[in-house]
Amino acid sequence: MNPSLPTNEQRLDIYRKMLLCRMFEDRVNSLFLQGRMPGTIHQAQGQEASAVGVCHVLQEGDMLTSTHRPHEHAVARGIPVRFLMAELFAKNTGCCKGKGGSMHIGDAERGMLPAIAIVGGGIPLATGYALSFKYLKKPNIAACFFGDGAVNEGIFHETVNMAAIWDLPVVFLCENNKYGASTLIDSVMKVKKVSTRALAYGIPSETVDGNDVLAVRQATLRAADRAREGRGPTLLELETYRFAGHSRSDPGHYRPKEEVAEWRKRDPIVRFETQALQTGLLTDSAISDCRASVDRELDEAVAFAESSPSPLAEECLTDVYVEQSYGKA
Amino acid sequence: MSTLNKAMEKPEVEGRKLSIAEALREALREEMQRDERVILLGEDIGIKGGFGGAFTVTLGLSEEFGSHRVVDTPISEAGFTGIAVGAALGGLRPVADVQYGDFLFLAMDQLANHAAKIRYMSGGKLRVPMVMRAPVGATTRGAQHAQSLESYFMHVPGLKVACPSTPYDAKGLLKTAIRMDDPVVFFEHKLLYGSKGSRKEAGGLDVFGTVPVEEYLIPFGHAKRIREGRDVTIVTNLLMVHKSMLAAKSLTEQGIEAEVIDVRTLVPLDWDMVFESVSRTGRLVIVHEDTLTGGWGAEVAARVADSCIGYLLGPIRRVTAPDTPVPFAPVMENFFVPSVERIVQAVKEVCQ
Repeated sequence: MNPSLPTNEQRLDIYRKMLLCRMFEDRVNSLFLQGRMPGTIHQAQGQEASAVGVCHVLQEGDMLTSTHRPHEHAVARGIPVRFLMAELFAKNTGCCKGKGGSMHIGDAERGMLPAIAIVGGGIPLATGYALSFKYLKKPNIAACFFGDGAVNEGIFHETVNMAAIWDLPVVFLCENNKYGASTLIDSVMKVKKVSTRALAYGIPSETVDGNDVLAVRQATLRAADRAREGRGPTLLELETYRFAGHSRSDPGHYRPKEEVAEWRKRDPIVRFETQALQTGLLTDSAISDCRASVDRELDEAVAFAESSPSPLAEECLTDVYVEQSYGKA
Repeated sequence: MSTLNKAMEKPEVEGRKLSIAEALREALREEMQRDERVILLGEDIGIKGGFGGAFTVTLGLSEEFGSHRVVDTPISEAGFTGIAVGAALGGLRPVADVQYGDFLFLAMDQLANHAAKIRYMSGGKLRVPMVMRAPVGATTRGAQHAQSLESYFMHVPGLKVACPSTPYDAKGLLKTAIRMDDPVVFFEHKLLYGSKGSRKEAGGLDVFGTVPVEEYLIPFGHAKRIREGRDVTIVTNLLMVHKSMLAAKSLTEQGIEAEVIDVRTLVPLDWDMVFESVSRTGRLVIVHEDTLTGGWGAEVAARVADSCIGYLLGPIRRVTAPDTPVPFAPVMENFFVPSVERIVQAVKEVCQ
């Protein structure tokens, strides 16, 4: 057996994480519609294979950066869902003490920077982390999620070029879900594949079936190994699809019904379950047990969030600067 | 104004005479020796046979510390600024620089959205210990290599802003900036560098000043009263500190004693010193090369009006560049940059 392939135990962990991602998003959607959460949300149902396949490869000390659609990345990275839920509820116990919100969830101590909601903004931050890892001779890598829209930002070009010339340990992960908000990627990019762009920087790239969690995992593993061995960055294009609209107010009328239906058939969780039932990794009762266990975890997270205190209004004024004093006047 | 005003030197300070470029270089060298985590990022800063950045500040540091610590970047201001933010989050203490302050606009997203906000967004868990150095000031290079833009950055909560006018302050403040855990935008005036050889600035001041051999740091948020006076308070920064001192000398001959305060840092700004001085003199003139509308002088004027209105004996006046881009023709540039004569005139008007 190829040692880089996941064990059965790891496969079950991957499955549960994908379910947790999906059911977290579904629960958030329902809470949101009930008016129990403030703000806006950008949901990622359908993109679980990408989030979980990548994060399964990451190790302690590695740093993940994310986007305005970060919930599943945070869940997959292993940040306890109670702290994520509390942040969405704008509570003091949230992973950012209620100062971040949906678009900035994350916890650097647990391997994920607060999500960066400026399109492409996480790319230089991940690359800067990679520079620090290389300089400090740490064995870690940075993993950088961004969407297809981000590859048309100038910062993508500047930063990937620098990561390439300095052989930095970073993996660039483009979740190509075909749409930047409502704009089809084909209408704003001349080349057919995002991965083609890597040629311009002299780095390797792959286009991967982003709804096949094992394919994502194996491609990320290759790129991560390369990065850890000091051989520089890789650009991975993970082809996927979000089942929801861009944000809470978007019903997605710009997408053909047939296209949505076609991608629904490629639901990464259903695909995994179908295959796992065939190989005997999962049984029907194991699936329902797993769903029930995820449900309980989410119940607990919601109860934790709802019973947590709100921050004080005056806490608005703290955490702008580090309090320090140096020298004499 | 060919020599640094003698009154600006602290008589008690002993040391060597250094230019601001040399003082900044010494600050970088000392901090790099002290802390392995300090690295430099910028364009043309460490090229062998090159010129040590646009104004010689990093000359020789690459030979001393190696190209892994003096990192020459592509011409990618947004990219390397963002990488500096990430590297700072990752445990390094990067000092990035742009060749001209105007180029900071290329990196505005990195500074205003990322460096400044990520600590807050994280609920106070993260720190961004980086410095962004930027030369400012009009020097007959036309509109895009000339702007004084410190007010933009003063308006970004999360950033600290320094703007020294002497070698002593430049060194002490840069060392502090490197050790601070907040992102700092550090402005240097091109006519004050005192760079030598082919990089010498036409019209630059002879800014050699005494810098102690012993290590010292200067805290942010402490302005310097460089001249005492009973009649009017002048609050100023960078090159305008020197022009204000010359104006004060001229005003003495006309019977007006001006107090001159060099803010040294705009964020935080030493409001206590400004308020105390204005409460005593009853008059305030603010002098900066940044343009008028929304310039940092407007903030000083508003706060003084708020806190010291009962002490004011005349209107608050600002002497600044007009609201135009920086022109090229020397005759126009001289009109644009506040002159000693304009400062004298403004002070006389508010003292009437």
